[in-house]
Amino acid sequence: MKTFVINKKRYIKNKHKDNLTAFLFLLPCLIGFVAFIVFPVVASLLLGFTEWNFLGGLKGIKFIGLDNFKTLLSGKDLWFNESFKNTLIFAAITVPVGLALGLIVATVMNKYVYCSGLFKVIVFIPYISSVVASVIVWQVMLQPSYGPINSILTSLGISNPPKWFVDPKWAMPTIIIFQIWQTLGYNVIVFMAGLKGISSELYEAASIDGASELRKFKDITIPLISPTTFFLSTMGIIGSFKVFDSISVATKGGPGNATSVVAFYIYREAFELYRMGTANAAAWIMFIIIFVVTMIQLRGQNKWVTYD
Amino acid sequence: MKKSMYKKKIIKKLITTIVLGLFILTMLFPLLWMLSTSFKLEIDVFNFPIEWIPPKFTLNNYIKIWRGNYNFPLYYWNTIKVTVLVVLIQIVISSMAAYAFAKLDFKFKNLLFSIFLATMMIPDQVTLVPRFMLLTKMQLLNSHFGLILMLSFSVYGVFLLRQSMIALPDTIIEAAKIDGANHFIIFIRIVLPMTKSIIATLAILRFVWTWNDYQNPLIFLRDSKLFTLQLGMQQFASVSGTFYSLLMAASVCAIVPLLLVFIIGQNYVIEGIASGAVKG
Repeated sequence: MKTFVINKKRYIKNKHKDNLTAFLFLLPCLIGFVAFIVFPVVASLLLGFTEWNFLGGLKGIKFIGLDNFKTLLSGKDLWFNESFKNTLIFAAITVPVGLALGLIVATVMNKYVYCSGLFKVIVFIPYISSVVASVIVWQVMLQPSYGPINSILTSLGISNPPKWFVDPKWAMPTIIIFQIWQTLGYNVIVFMAGLKGISSELYEAASIDGASELRKFKDITIPLISPTTFFLSTMGIIGSFKVFDSISVATKGGPGNATSVVAFYIYREAFELYRMGTANAAAWIMFIIIFVVTMIQLRGQNKWVTYD
Repeated sequence: MKKSMYKKKIIKKLITTIVLGLFILTMLFPLLWMLSTSFKLEIDVFNFPIEWIPPKFTLNNYIKIWRGNYNFPLYYWNTIKVTVLVVLIQIVISSMAAYAFAKLDFKFKNLLFSIFLATMMIPDQVTLVPRFMLLTKMQLLNSHFGLILMLSFSVYGVFLLRQSMIALPDTIIEAAKIDGANHFIIFIRIVLPMTKSIIATLAILRFVWTWNDYQNPLIFLRDSKLFTLQLGMQQFASVSGTFYSLLMAASVCAIVPLLLVFIIGQNYVIEGIASGAVKG
């Protein structure tokens, strides 16, 4: 009995000590978390309801309620409209094309080729290469009058090749092609990991039944890889809503507003025009869309994702 | 019969290898062109048909960017400094927090961790302006210290390391406690060595991401003396004008450290990315 009491006391003492130890381990991380996430999230939400020119100092902050959100969502801000539309187009093309291409390459690489290890490393190289350096290389290659790509196109008989990044019609498609090129390796690596998880017995059984390779891909690979497809599509949509680097380096949103996207709108609004209110309201609209997409994906997951 | 089928299979596999190989080569086309152009004289850059082997091989472009009047070596040094410090600090901070979340018991642990994870969905753009205000107030805007401080914290790192620490059996920790070890000793002597491969993964990924980071330096650094390579490259592109061969040499230099780190640690990177994705 006596020993039990002592143990209990010791237990409570240990519990306090544990709390303290844990706190010490967490402290540096918590400071960063509060300073660079919690505080900024709260502050940006508040700023979204204000009109504030940063250069006017903190005193110039004026509370205007939902006005920023109303203006942005009503379509009165034409520049935001175009940026928003461009973001949707960008996501609607890069995500499905990137996924389809990634799955095909991963499937082929997984089963039907020699030296797949080497291929895996090579296909990943664009993903780790810096966006700025890659964009600069692309810009030179796609130089409209004497760049190698247009020289090839001209020699193939195309008399009026696109001007790529500087052509209002072609700028967005060029950015999209760049993005798919850059992220394909990531999709391939993740798909390959997913494919490893599919039991080879299924394919063997299908072979015995005389199923063609295409049939096996359609009826075994696609359904069983769906958790990975789900993960990549969610990440892909989130990623394409945030795209900034390639656009800022390649086109600065231009020509005109042809390649302006929401992230670029926010940057320019905040750090070139110093309109912090609208910038933060736009950032929150972007966040809410990302949140809703993720939630819809999580819900819809049960309908089309097969976990075995 | 059987032998001929086997042969057919080999031929099929060879053909797909060649087709896929060609596809992957076109993927690499821009980077191969960059490499070859970086050794060319400026007048040969746009020769057509493309000359993959420079007609007049020269190292001059590299000498010019490193020895010339460009700030290239400075940008390079800034990037190395920022990247290395961010990687080191982040590993210390993240691994400590991950240990607390994985192996210690404390009040509100699950709640706190859920909040942590929930914030992973928040895009950078939301926190950008207040972070800018914060650094301005702290007089850390336009300094490497401010940038490093801000980049050193990441929820992702905590999450990644916690996943692998939670898999370590508690019995090892219990045994160490009985032998009189406290949590700091257990953390340093037992947990860190046992999770070193995932720490290496985090280090490599963080190295690549920080080296390539463009948006944060763009916003938080103003003085071109402080620029990292990603900003410097743009600066360099406008200063060097249309000397494409120089630009390509600079691009090669900007990418080489990433390639080296990746090739040395490719298994860590590929495993890390793959397992992070599949396990969620």
